[in-house]
Amino acid sequence: MSNDSTQRLRGDLLVILRHAPHGTSWLREGLDAALVAAAFGRRVTLLFMGEGVTALLPGQAAGPLGQKGTAPTLEMLEMYDIETLLVEAEALGRFGLDADSLMLPTTAVSQGDIAALAASHPLVLTF
Amino acid sequence: MRYGILLMGAPYSSQASHSALRFAEAVVARGHRLEGIFFYHDGVQNAARLAAPPQDEPHLVDAWAELAREYDVPLQVCIAAALRRGLLDEREAARHGKQGHSVEAPFELTGLGQLVDLGLRCDRLITFGP
Repeated sequence: MSNDSTQRLRGDLLVILRHAPHGTSWLREGLDAALVAAAFGRRVTLLFMGEGVTALLPGQAAGPLGQKGTAPTLEMLEMYDIETLLVEAEALGRFGLDADSLMLPTTAVSQGDIAALAASHPLVLTF
Repeated sequence: MRYGILLMGAPYSSQASHSALRFAEAVVARGHRLEGIFFYHDGVQNAARLAAPPQDEPHLVDAWAELAREYDVPLQVCIAAALRRGLLDEREAARHGKQGHSVEAPFELTGLGQLVDLGLRCDRLITFGP
């Protein structure tokens, strides 16, 4: 993605998700913040970065520990009008994933574009 | 400038809460306005009324309360994150049939919408996490 197109991705809030689905509650609590902001009418952009890209692997169900799976939450994003889903291209490569194997349609952004992305949103929350 | 703070680290487990408190004190000392402090994720533990740290360590819960009273800073605690971690004010304790409560004023249980409002209202929202 070029700098020009990154700058077109404007919104009120950029939520950066940097944690994998299981192991901690970061991902779930980050998604909650995104959903609440969207429910209050804010335009939300989601960026899955680093380990966070693994949240988009299909089949994130409740594990043996009884944690809530995050897949149902991700499936609700569209209903909340959160349609700008970005993934860090380098992280996809590092985990051996390609965008077609993810559970939702996403746009890949490279690390170099992330600063411009943050600058085009008045509020950035990182989880 | 108008500052806000988002605190997501548990007190005494990581440096996040100590750093956030020192930053908050510096903000008001410089004459800036501190619009609010939002406690989320493990940061909600900062609101634990029953915290009893050793006397030779800073008492973070009391320090937040003092800051709030002296400079009129709202201390907003995410209710969903708090309830599942055992942090309930009197009203929530009664609602859930629990004896005793673990959160009291000036901390207030509130929704995540307040975090978004705070972030968009301030010139700077500074996040402290583990």
